[in-house]
Amino acid sequence: MEDRLAPLFASPYVKRLGVRYDGHGDELTCILPYADTLVGNPLIPALHGGAIGAFMEITASAGLMAASELAALPKPIDVAVDYLRPARPQDVYARAAITRQGSRVANVRVEAWQDRRGAPIATLHGHFLVKPAG
Amino acid sequence: MSEDLQARLDQLAPLLVEGSPHAVDLGFKLEAIRPGEAVVRAPYREDLIGDPETGVMHGGVVTALLDHASGTAGFAGLGGTQALATLDLRLDYMRPATPGRDVIAEARTIKVSGLIAFVEAVAHDGDRDDPVATAHAAFMVNKVSQDAAEKVRANVEAGIERGETPISRLPDSSRGTS
Repeated sequence: MEDRLAPLFASPYVKRLGVRYDGHGDELTCILPYADTLVGNPLIPALHGGAIGAFMEITASAGLMAASELAALPKPIDVAVDYLRPARPQDVYARAAITRQGSRVANVRVEAWQDRRGAPIATLHGHFLVKPAG
Repeated sequence: MSEDLQARLDQLAPLLVEGSPHAVDLGFKLEAIRPGEAVVRAPYREDLIGDPETGVMHGGVVTALLDHASGTAGFAGLGGTQALATLDLRLDYMRPATPGRDVIAEARTIKVSGLIAFVEAVAHDGDRDDPVATAHAAFMVNKVSQDAAEKVRANVEAGIERGETPISRLPDSSRGTS
């Protein structure tokens, strides 16, 4: 899995956000470690909705790259993010589930949580353009 | 009323991007703020590249930019007194941003209904008719946000007392281009 995910985690922006992953067999959890620079509104305080959205897009890409070998990074076509709870200033976790993978387009759902996986802070669903290897 | 709102937005303008650590980290700049409208720029930077092979800015930066511009427009649409929570954000990515160019998000509140603001936004890299991405979002005032807004107001008043200059207004010619 590490080899397949390497191009994604070599991306300058992904590195800048500090996103990591934890893989167990075919289960992949992405982690957005808390940093002061992720805060959107310091008065609440809450993480920036854009950072959460970006993190979930990265998680979707990671899920697609872990599932099959791709010739290029997945490209988002459209995504919809629902913000369910304020994201507190602490680590965020996310997992992706591929609803349908076609030869060119994949439909992916992502859930992000903090304290309890059963209490997601945000969900994403979207379509991604994929280019299978070979 | 509208004049009062514009005056308040001008006063708050320095905080609308610079008050958000993540927006500062990504180098966002507030270009314009009017009742219900906001324009925010994301600089092209090497550390914001998604794919080193193409040099294209990461989609996540465009996501954060559209979220920030939309939220700022919604804030300005709901009267400029209350911080907002994002309910949802829907994005269409139409083409990769051109490597080397800044991306500009122009957001406009379509409708305010009670505590909810509906906002649409376009991100482009120079030509508004050739968008990089578009967004639709819904924002809501909530209790936590209201408490935060009180603190913002206090900070702004302190800033005005210190003689900080509000950002210049959006020129009239850039209105109603959507």
